[in-house]
Amino acid sequence: MSNNILIIAEGRAEGLKKVSYELVNMAQTLAAALGGAVEGAVVGSNVGAWAETLAKTGVTKVYVADDKGLEHFAPESYTTALAAVINAAQPAIVLFGATGWGKEVSARVAARLDWGLATDCTAAQIENGALVLTRPVYAGKAIAHVQAKSFPVMVSMRPNLVPPAEADKSAAPLQTVAVTLAAPRAQVVEAMVKEKSKVDLGEANVVISGGRGVKGPEGFAPLNELADTLNAAIGASRAAVDAGWIDYSHQIGQTGKTVAPKLYIAAGISGAIQHLAGMSSSKVIVAINKDPDAPIFKIADYGIVADLFDVIPALNAALKAQAN
Amino acid sequence: MPFNIVVLLKRVPDTESKITLREGAVVTEGLNFVLDPYGEYGLEKALQLVEQHGGKVTAVLFGSADAKETIRKALAVGADEAVHISDPALEGGDAAATAKVLAAALKKIPFDMIWAGKQAVDEDNAQVALRVAELLDLPHVNSVIEFNLEADGKAARCVREVDGERDVMTTTLPAIFTAQQGLGELRYPSLKGIMGAKKKPITDWDAAALGVAAATVGAAGAKIQQTKLEPPPARPPGKIIPGDAQTAAQELARLLHEEAKVI
Ligand SMILES: Cc1cc2nc3c(=O)[nH]c(=O)nc-3n(C[C@H](O)[C@H](O)[C@H](O)COP(=O)(O)OP(=O)(O)OC[C@H]3O[C@@H](n4cnc5c(N)ncnc54)[C@H](O)[C@@H]3O)c2cc1C
Repeated sequence: MSNNILIIAEGRAEGLKKVSYELVNMAQTLAAALGGAVEGAVVGSNVGAWAETLAKTGVTKVYVADDKGLEHFAPESYTTALAAVINAAQPAIVLFGATGWGKEVSARVAARLDWGLATDCTAAQIENGALVLTRPVYAGKAIAHVQAKSFPVMVSMRPNLVPPAEADKSAAPLQTVAVTLAAPRAQVVEAMVKEKSKVDLGEANVVISGGRGVKGPEGFAPLNELADTLNAAIGASRAAVDAGWIDYSHQIGQTGKTVAPKLYIAAGISGAIQHLAGMSSSKVIVAINKDPDAPIFKIADYGIVADLFDVIPALNAALKAQAN
Repeated sequence: MPFNIVVLLKRVPDTESKITLREGAVVTEGLNFVLDPYGEYGLEKALQLVEQHGGKVTAVLFGSADAKETIRKALAVGADEAVHISDPALEGGDAAATAKVLAAALKKIPFDMIWAGKQAVDEDNAQVALRVAELLDLPHVNSVIEFNLEADGKAARCVREVDGERDVMTTTLPAIFTAQQGLGELRYPSLKGIMGAKKKPITDWDAAALGVAAATVGAAGAKIQQTKLEPPPARPPGKIIPGDAQTAAQELARLLHEEAKVI
């Protein structure tokens, strides 16, 4: 085992996800404290371009497991490939993004290698030579401080915690890692292309959420227009999801997504404890609600007591005017 | 064809609960404990499959001695029998240790399929079921929102949700599935179910029954150790922006730009 930090990059059709660049920055701080280097890894099929981009972010090496067998997601194949790169790199710490993909593959790889794994962390540092982490538990109603008893260890870190590293440095070398994949028993056979908001909820800097107050599927239209102006992702309360107005992949809360954007706008949402659990660590919270006693105002930085159908279009117009 | 289905469940505080801390631990007095909501979706799917195809649903719950009441809830909605794993020697573990306990238990229970929640809403680890899959060398499908058996009953076709996108995944059986909200409507226990649950068998297993090595489980086996539990940082008080909708919206736009500097 080295003192190095290995970051596992994650991509999609358009390229590496923002969290991959953020992991590089987080790893730099840990590596400096541990006296190791930051290395990266890319696994998938036809991922040469991702590897070349990652190589320019300041990492000292990029491990690449590129195999046709990784074209479609298969948990067992990805576990095998990730175990191979981790074995090749021999790091002290492996960092994943706490995305759906990152959390899924990290759990299985951690079991294969019999390593500890702290999921969904919001801070990581080295204290007295040990890795200490904070992670929200009870959907953010409490913060746990945890410590890795020993190295090596795996961690998944939430997106949006630190600025992303720039891919503007001289390219680090790539190291190919050969993998032997058995035919997977479980695999993705079809990606369902669906009405996906253009901006990923987990990565968005701004999230605009609608609740029962939007009154119907068409009530999300003004929110969508504002989202276009702010390059925001659309969220929702469970009430709006249960009513069938919006797909529950947009649900924010204890049984939905946890988000921590720079700006969270809650429109027509009362602020039930389960909803707050998913958004209360947002940097700035705006609440728009007709009811001055709605609990959402207790955690909002800015509140407007009025009809959201008046406020949202007016806000959109004001922001557009301000931008010019 | 009948199926033996095991559902992994956890006892957790109701999501409505306010979590208060005393000396770095959660105050449990007065907390209402329930079956973890995602696990409940898995249980519901298991019950439906057994209703359609025959077989048996076994609820497996790893938790402290006072979890019996929660187990009865699973029996009351229709699980046929339950296994309660409980032993002070097994407590204090992390996800790695917990998965080893469950994997040991599952080696003693015949199953065609295992359901679990995609995460438990207390520790929000989202790794135990997937670790169990790896330890038992089983395929898994995570975050399932739609589940269909193939005609031969030897494989399944699922829709699963990940980061707002959906994929269709197939797997052979036996396999582990983790349930995501949206998998189905939950049923509520009937009075008959609640009465009947009292007569259904609950098997108790401790560390010795499972034959797990002491160093690999519980606090000793944990690789990640909790050192402190704190309340989340309090948010500074906010302000209500006065005026009609138009005026307030304009002021908000200005504040977001000039004061909060988030846009
Ligand atoms: C196990 C469990 C898990 C749950 N998980 C989640 C979760 O993950 N996420 C979640 O959100 N909820 C969750 N809930 C549900 C939660 O308890 C609430 O029921 C839900 O959040 C309420 O949604 P809402 O605020 O949109 O609706 P309501 O509580 O009905 O609030 C609607 C609000 O809109 C306001 N309003 C109405 N019209 C207008 C208008 N024209 N302009 C401005 N304001 C208006 C009203 O004043 C009101 O405050 C969960 C519940 C349970 C039991």
